[in-house]
Parts: sequence; structure tokens; C-alpha cells
Amino acid sequence: MGKKTMYEKIWENHVIHQEEGKPAILYIDLHLVHEVTSPQAFEGLRLAGRKVRRPDLTFATIDHNVPTKDRFNIADPISRQQIATLEKNCRDFGITLFDLNTIEQGIVHVMGPELGLTQPGMTIVCGDSHTSTHGAFGALAFGIGTSEVEHVLATQCLQQAKSKTMEVRVKGSLKPGVTAKDLILGIIAKYGTDFATGYVIEYTGEAIRKLSMEQRMTVCNMSIEAGARAGLIAPDETTFNYLRGRRYAPQGEAFDRAVEEWKKLVTDEGAVYDRVVEFDADTLAPQVTWGTSPGMGTDITSCVPDPASFPTENERKAAEKALEYMGLKPGTPMTEIEIDRVFIGSCTNGRIEDLRAAARVVKGYKVNPRVHAMVVPGSGRVKKQAEEEGLDKIFIEAGFEWRDAGCSMCLAMNPDVLQPGERCASTSNRNFEGRQGRGGRTHLVSPEMAAAAAIMGRFVDTREWKFKTEAVIG
Amino acid sequence: MQPFTKHTGIVAPVDRVNVDTDAIIPKQFLKRIERTGFGQFLFYEWRFDEEGNPIPDFELNKPRYQGASILIARANFGCGSSREHAPWAILDYGFRAIIAPSFADIFYNNCFKNGILPVKLSEEEVDELFKRTAANEGYKLTIDLEAKRITDDHGLDIAFDLDEHRRQYLLLGLDDIGLTLQHEDKIAAYEEARRARAW
Repeated sequence: MGKKTMYEKIWENHVIHQEEGKPAILYIDLHLVHEVTSPQAFEGLRLAGRKVRRPDLTFATIDHNVPTKDRFNIADPISRQQIATLEKNCRDFGITLFDLNTIEQGIVHVMGPELGLTQPGMTIVCGDSHTSTHGAFGALAFGIGTSEVEHVLATQCLQQAKSKTMEVRVKGSLKPGVTAKDLILGIIAKYGTDFATGYVIEYTGEAIRKLSMEQRMTVCNMSIEAGARAGLIAPDETTFNYLRGRRYAPQGEAFDRAVEEWKKLVTDEGAVYDRVVEFDADTLAPQVTWGTSPGMGTDITSCVPDPASFPTENERKAAEKALEYMGLKPGTPMTEIEIDRVFIGSCTNGRIEDLRAAARVVKGYKVNPRVHAMVVPGSGRVKKQAEEEGLDKIFIEAGFEWRDAGCSMCLAMNPDVLQPGERCASTSNRNFEGRQGRGGRTHLVSPEMAAAAAIMGRFVDTREWKFKTEAVIG
Repeated sequence: MQPFTKHTGIVAPVDRVNVDTDAIIPKQFLKRIERTGFGQFLFYEWRFDEEGNPIPDFELNKPRYQGASILIARANFGCGSSREHAPWAILDYGFRAIIAPSFADIFYNNCFKNGILPVKLSEEEVDELFKRTAANEGYKLTIDLEAKRITDDHGLDIAFDLDEHRRQYLLLGLDDIGLTLQHEDKIAAYEEARRARAW
């Protein structure tokens, strides 16, 4: 038998039909749904008189539009209508909805894993590009458009062409003060925002194996920012320990049987990837983006680059436009960039470990008087756990706002919006023009960096942070 | 879906790399529950200032590009969010085809679901189209999907390639869901086999 990569194994397990020269029909094990990319899909079903084939494999929540304070009082009537539409669609088609009245409600990519819905070897889709997050469990997970949401609702399948495979091998280990977020930002800064277009990435190597489950989710989450169809990490004891006992995971002996199957998913020794790139975690410094594309990032010890230093005309023009938008001058040290806002949250960095790491930095300090800082937990469960651990008090005492769960200022569809010219240290995933509000200036960073920036009012080298607490929080 | 066979139209340029779907359709316009009516918001923050007045320097606001139906763009067009509102806005504005050196994966896929033809050409060929568009007011291209050729009135003739299945799909304006449901028996058999080997 031929040697296979994990992607090829999961793919073959789900192809139900394949004709020469046509895309495969791929079975989908889990379909996650939210309010923004689904209304037109349900409408399409109604117009065609179709049902949802597997409501039992379809789970919905409300995340993009929800206010993070006074959440039941949604001022925007169009937001309200979109949420009401999802509620009606879930009722009409028999789909489980985790709405604002449930503790499970949260960002769809935080909710799925914490409920144990996300499991190794699955195919998972959602009308959201950051579905790549779930690849951290060794699931083939990717974002789809609304037409495909309708397709999966109607057929529980997708027409898909097979992707190429890429191994991103990460050597060494992350040093204290350097995080999984820095790792993925560093990879994208080095190789670019489209180096993985057409590929499914598998992250391998010593540094990846040492990451916790939540750190792995941070890495896989931003695979889309590298252009990849999906990101994958082989399941191991870290994965199994995370999943054991979660609500939708197999229970008891069934779990042990599942683990035996999941272990078979890993890439065979000697299997060949279409492309292999390497990255060194040992020498990685904390990362901060300076531009309007996630690949426009650099080390904290570095300076805002000179557009003239880029090799091609298109890159030079893009860098010039980005610096103009960001209000930055070439040669400015990253540690001298002063910020106005801090956002800690999102499907990239809104989990309990992210909040613990940020709280440890914050404890004993006060937010810089110039800075408005807020923490938005990724889900109701994350919020509750953080409060049980006293993290909310650490943040509030320091001067942070402590909010309710949702996507919030990652994309600013709710009232959490930057004002024109405001500069934000954000733990989210995209620094596009206007992403967090028209004229808003986004710097993508880790939770630790965002927390330290809130205190100092500027970016600092988190490797040299003077903690006021010895304790590991949480 | 409207089939795409052969189309002639005015060309408009957007001369930036990595145009993301947030730029194509900003998030404040994603709250509608219809598929239509997004064209007025296309490239909103580049097209309009904070008071909603057109920004004259932006290409789509220039008189010479009014009525354009073919968009030329740079590498990695459509990156970022999976929002299908992006192709909906492009189509609703009046574009039927986009030509660029490369496209982001999800956006590329979404185009075909909406009868928009995304054409990949080399950097040099796209550069040439930018030059010709700038040099000739009212510059038009003809895109022939049957013959897989792009031509203009000034002697340009470029062949392009496209996955054959995707080409047929656009030529015929096919319904994906209908095609998959032809294999309903296989879907059911797969589900049955799955149930038998549940944990």
C-alpha cells in the first residue's frame, strides 16, 4: 500500500463518488452555521422545496452580530433581523441553535471544539474562513461560501477538488514570551499571504508537538491568512486528553475505540508532500504587524520597513499604501509605536489559555490612561471559567472592560468599532484596511503582547516583561 | 444561474495586490438576508468618503469606467473572509468577469457559483491589460469561454486555461445541488455504512 499523508487519508475516507475530470463528492461530518452567511442558503432551500438532510450533524450559534455588553438590546434593526432569521431557520429546519440564552453561545470556532463536536478525522465546514481552526484536531476543516452552505444543508456533501499537500515543519521550541500567535504570524511574514494557495498545510515538528490544544488552534486558525484551504495537525495524546469527557465526544469505551482509529490518521512515515517548508521556532521573536495585510509583520526588535526595500514594484506600492493608511514612518522602532485601543479576543485568541496568559501579564499593573482596553471571551463557557478563576477581576482592576462572548472587534459587525485613526493592538487575525472600523489601524499581536501594550501604551518585547505575579494563573 | 459563454465589455482596473473581501464588501453591509442589492456597496470605503460622497480618484468613480463589466486586478484577489457577499456585490454592480494573476481559494470558488468568470493570466499579461486599459478610453475586451480566448480591437489575443469541469459548469449554468443529488443513493449508502461502524 502506498504511503499517505493525513490529508489523503481523511480525503479518501470521505469521497462517496468520483468521476474522471470532475470534483469529488465529499461527505461532510459536521456543519457549523452562524447568522451572517446562512440566511440566503436557507432561503435557497425553501425556494427549491428542499430539507436539511442531516440536522443532527448541523449546529448553529450567533456570534458575528452580537453586542458584547447589554447583549439582549440589539440597537441595529438589520442585525436584529439577521439574528431572528437564524432563530427561525433553526426552528423550521430542526437544527440545534446555541443562542444568547445559552452558556454554549460563542464564536463558532471556539464553541465547536469546547463541546467536543470537533474530532479527529472529520470533515468540517462552516460559512466562515476561519473554519481552518478545527484542523488542530486532525480534522479536515475549511470555510465555504453561502452557495456551498446551501449545498451541504441539502446534501451533507460538497463537490471538492483535491488540494495539494504542504508540510510546514517547525523545528525547535518557542521561547518564553513567544507564543503560538507569533509562530503563525512569523510563518506568514516569512512566506507571504498566498504561499499556501491551493494547498492543505500540515504543521509538523517538535515545536508543534509541544503546543497545547488551544495553541494549535491559534496556528491552524490563521492558515487561511497563508492562503491555505486548510491547516492540519496530527492528533496525539494532547488531542485525546483535551477531548476526553467533552459533551459530544464519544464516551467511555467508545472513546478508547475512537482513539485507536484516530491514531491511524497520522501521516505515514515516508509519505511525500507536494511541498515542504521549514521554520525555526528557536530564533523566533514576538511579532507585530505594521501594515494592512497579515504578512506585513516583523519582529518586535525591528523597525517599520522602508517600502523601497521590497523587491517588486507591486510590493513597494502595497507597502507605501499600507504605511500611509497606518500612519507610520519607515525606520520607526516597533517598540515606539503608541496605541489607543486593545482588543483581546476572537476565534484566534479568545480561549481560556489566551485569557490566562494575558491576565498574568496584566496582574498588578494598570492600563495606560491613554488606552481603552477590552477583553471579549470567545464563548459563554470561556467567560464563566475565567470568572471562576478570577481572571475577570484581574482585568477589571487593571482597567480593562470585561465583555460578553462574540466576534466583536475582530470584524466590528457589532457596536465594537474603532474610530478613524485609532490604533489598536489586536489579538485577532486580519489587519485589512477598515477591518475593525473605517480608518482604524490594526496591529496583529499575541494576547501577551496586547496585554503588555495596554499597560505600557506601546509595544514591548514580551520576553523581557517584569511579571508582578510568580503564580501561573488559572 | 446565468450561463457565461462569450462576453464583451468595458474594462475597469483596481491596481492593488491582495484585495481582500473586506475591501470588496465591508462588514456593515453583510447584515442583509437577501442575495441581491449589494452592488451599491461594492468597494464602499474606496468609492465613498465618510459622508457618502464619491471619491473621484477611485477608478470605478471615473467617467471612463462607467458601465464596466470586466475587472482587472492584481495577485491574490479576494483574499480573507469567505463572504459570498463579495461576488454578489461584484455581480450586482455589473461585472461578469475578473482577470488577475491569482485569486484566493474560497473567493475563486464562490465566483463560479454565481456565474462570474475569474480568469488567471500571467503577471506580464495582466500588466499588458493594465497598460492597454490606461491608454485607451472605453477599452473593451471580449472573453470567449467556448474558445478560452481573450481579445481586444487592437490585435490582442490571449489564450487562457480553466479546469474543464468549471468551464462546463459556467457554460451551462449548472445547479450544483441537483448534480450531487443524482448520487443520493451513494450518500445514503455511505451514511448506512457509517452507522454500522460507529464507535
